[in-house]
Amino acid sequence: MASVESSFAGRDHFALLGLPRAYAVDRNELERLYRDLQAHVHPDKHAHKGDADRRVAMQWATQVNEAYQTLRDPLRRARYLLHLAGHDAAIETNTAMPAEFLMEQMELREAVADAHAAADTAHLDDLHGRLRQEMAAQHEELRRAIDETHDYARAADVVRQLMFQEKLVSDIDAALEAAET
Amino acid sequence: MALLQIAEPGESTAPHEHRLAIGIDLGTTNSLVATVRSGMAVVLNDELGRPLLPSVVHYDADGHVEVGHEAQAGQSVDPRNTVVSVKRFMGRGLKDIAHIEAMPYDFVEGEGQVRLRTAQGVKSPVEISADILKTLRLRAEAALSGQITGAVITVPAYFDDAQRQATKDAARLAGLNVLRLLNEPTAAAIAYGLDNAAEGIYAVYDLGGGTFDISILKLTKGVFQVLATGGDSALGGDDFDHRIFCWAIEEAKLAPVSPQDGRLLQMRAREAKEYLTYHSVAPITIKLGSGEYVDLKLTTEQFNEITRTLVQKTLQPTRKALRDAGLAPAEVKGVVMVGGATRMPQIQHAVAAYFGQEPLNNLDPDKVVALGAATQANLLAGNRAAGDDWLLLDVIPLSLGMETMGGLTEKVIPRNSTIPVARAQEFTTFKDGQTAMALHVVQGERELVSDCRSLARFELRGIPPMVAGAARIRVTFQVDADGLLSVTAREQTTGHEAKIEVKPSYGLSDDEIAAMLKDSYSHASDDAFRRALREAQVEAQRLIEAVQSALREDAPLLSPAERAHVDGCLAKLQAVMMGDDRRAIDAAMDALGKGTAEFAARRMNASVQKALSGKKIGDLEA
Ligand SMILES: Nc1ncnc2c1ncn2[C@@H]1O[C@H](COP(=O)(O)OP(=O)(O)O)[C@@H](O)[C@H]1O
Ligand SMILES: [Mg+2]
Repeated sequence: MASVESSFAGRDHFALLGLPRAYAVDRNELERLYRDLQAHVHPDKHAHKGDADRRVAMQWATQVNEAYQTLRDPLRRARYLLHLAGHDAAIETNTAMPAEFLMEQMELREAVADAHAAADTAHLDDLHGRLRQEMAAQHEELRRAIDETHDYARAADVVRQLMFQEKLVSDIDAALEAAET
Repeated sequence: MALLQIAEPGESTAPHEHRLAIGIDLGTTNSLVATVRSGMAVVLNDELGRPLLPSVVHYDADGHVEVGHEAQAGQSVDPRNTVVSVKRFMGRGLKDIAHIEAMPYDFVEGEGQVRLRTAQGVKSPVEISADILKTLRLRAEAALSGQITGAVITVPAYFDDAQRQATKDAARLAGLNVLRLLNEPTAAAIAYGLDNAAEGIYAVYDLGGGTFDISILKLTKGVFQVLATGGDSALGGDDFDHRIFCWAIEEAKLAPVSPQDGRLLQMRAREAKEYLTYHSVAPITIKLGSGEYVDLKLTTEQFNEITRTLVQKTLQPTRKALRDAGLAPAEVKGVVMVGGATRMPQIQHAVAAYFGQEPLNNLDPDKVVALGAATQANLLAGNRAAGDDWLLLDVIPLSLGMETMGGLTEKVIPRNSTIPVARAQEFTTFKDGQTAMALHVVQGERELVSDCRSLARFELRGIPPMVAGAARIRVTFQVDADGLLSVTAREQTTGHEAKIEVKPSYGLSDDEIAAMLKDSYSHASDDAFRRALREAQVEAQRLIEAVQSALREDAPLLSPAERAHVDGCLAKLQAVMMGDDRRAIDAAMDALGKGTAEFAARRMNASVQKALSGKKIGDLEA
């Protein structure tokens, strides 16, 4: 899904919020900068003004929300950094993944399907935890590839794997939700 | 007190004029209006000192419109022409409304929004709601003796786009300038949070007469951030009444009841429900039209039994909202109870059990939404100084999407996105030489289009003929701070554009509203016309002042030619604004707005730059 604009008034999402362009982000700092900026541009702050000012405020607030949502989520942040570095095409086109990774994902997928069928929420929770742990390691790998070695091809590989894993996490969430109701 | 009042009433004392702003809680059962007076939010009472206006409208055969207590008292006499809980019909089609068989109205068949045939002709829910809002506007004008700059109108957080649009239309029809549509639980959170200097995660559980909302908010110094919201826009105290109603019919083995008896039984059912909040047995006694008596007793146990599923039904969205926020019940610091129906003990118990803590009941559940709305209206009107204000970040309750091949929905903006928000999505043609494309905008979480709410259909025409899949049509969804959607579609290779405000299939067109307004003006005296003119003049004056002050601050941002153009627009507006041609005033305001669009953009850019760099310096010092 395309964001509305990847830059706004000449600023990318990092510049807009006043953050250095890097994968590693201080979450608290991000929150603070986001709120400070919204406090300035949000339509509520311009509600008593004329049409033109209100429209500009909406555009800014929209863009600040977009920047914040993009940078807050590590995977979206990584994809955005690859996009800024001109490497986003690799994510869409190159679909090859290591056989070992695929095997493991397939096993996990089957385990989720079984646990779903059996409405075994404990096992689903378990799988959830295991996947989360693996993903944390992947994110560390992303940080190294983007911030330290600038190996964008490697980063694109990890991003694709993470997209796979996130899909599985949301499947587990859906199964848990179904089991609860 | 009186001694300090130097200026005449109506005269402004401060150099920076205090703008009169009101907050309106347009409820299913009761509506209220509030304002901020001397820094305090207060509900404005009617001339008999009553704060609540029952949301009941009676259209009698003589052309009188009765709103409120009188209409409520007479409802069983003329049920067909007495509309209660009209909010349930807002932005809805006939097939969407539950228990329609038990309602005494003469529904008009047809496409789109439901309409009722009354003694005063066919009425849409928008018009009926406008009559309620008008009553509140008059109450406020009398109490404040002045021109009201604007109003914040509250809506259930779970209202979809069609319901929000209908509410905004009703407000416009009632002659109100809508500063913002505000979600009811968020309004309650403002009233609660500012009062209690609360920080942390809070849940607002709002069960009114016809709607249920649950919102999860994060309160930090001066920021109210909604993390997730959920609910059911057709679940409320009315449904508890209906369970008692059905129970009574079964117990007393009543044959199909007449509309009068039905309305009477409904009223008794509601009374019994409210009585059971404080007692363990409620008597239900009715004299039917036939002269027969119904005499029943409902115990708390029986009541709990027949309403158990309703109570459970509120916990489902609660669970879902917490999950969306990524939180567990134990992480919630407080649960604020809003809405008259939260007085029921079984609700209090269920909420306490789920969150593992006693809910907060220290605000009047009837008034808190209106007070919060007034507080926000005062802020939006510009009556508070920077630094003495707060920021509200709200979300959309339901995902927005488009229909794709095979009747499936493609989500464009997911639920719980912080607003304002915009997203774009690309679509393509599926036939060679295809020159038009039908776009169907829907709202909801389900995969099948037929399970979602249809908001609008429109067509992008004039696509240059290409092979299938070659055209690139970019559809942009923009949701504003009111939670209202507009959609634009553009063919990328040629730049061909189509734009719509999403006027839901259930809404009124701008022309319809204009016609209704004109209609109401021509029916009333010259007064209404003069009033509308006066409003336009006040608006024009405000705009002129805003532009002049912007020019004083930031004139260097304009080239001499640009400056001359703005000055020209200003002069034009000043020339027409004191005349009585409202159309000319509107046109001149429009021109000034357009003429200053680029200027506004540059000003914001410069001011953000200044704010950011200012902060950097501050950071270094710290
Ligand atoms: N003491 C009470 N016990 C139970 N229900 C009550 C009590 N007082 C009010 N209610 C119910 O609360 C509902 C109205 O709540 P309110 O917040 O005014 O609704 P709305 O916001 O939809 O107008 C009605 O269903 C009414 O019967
Ligand atoms: Mg309410």
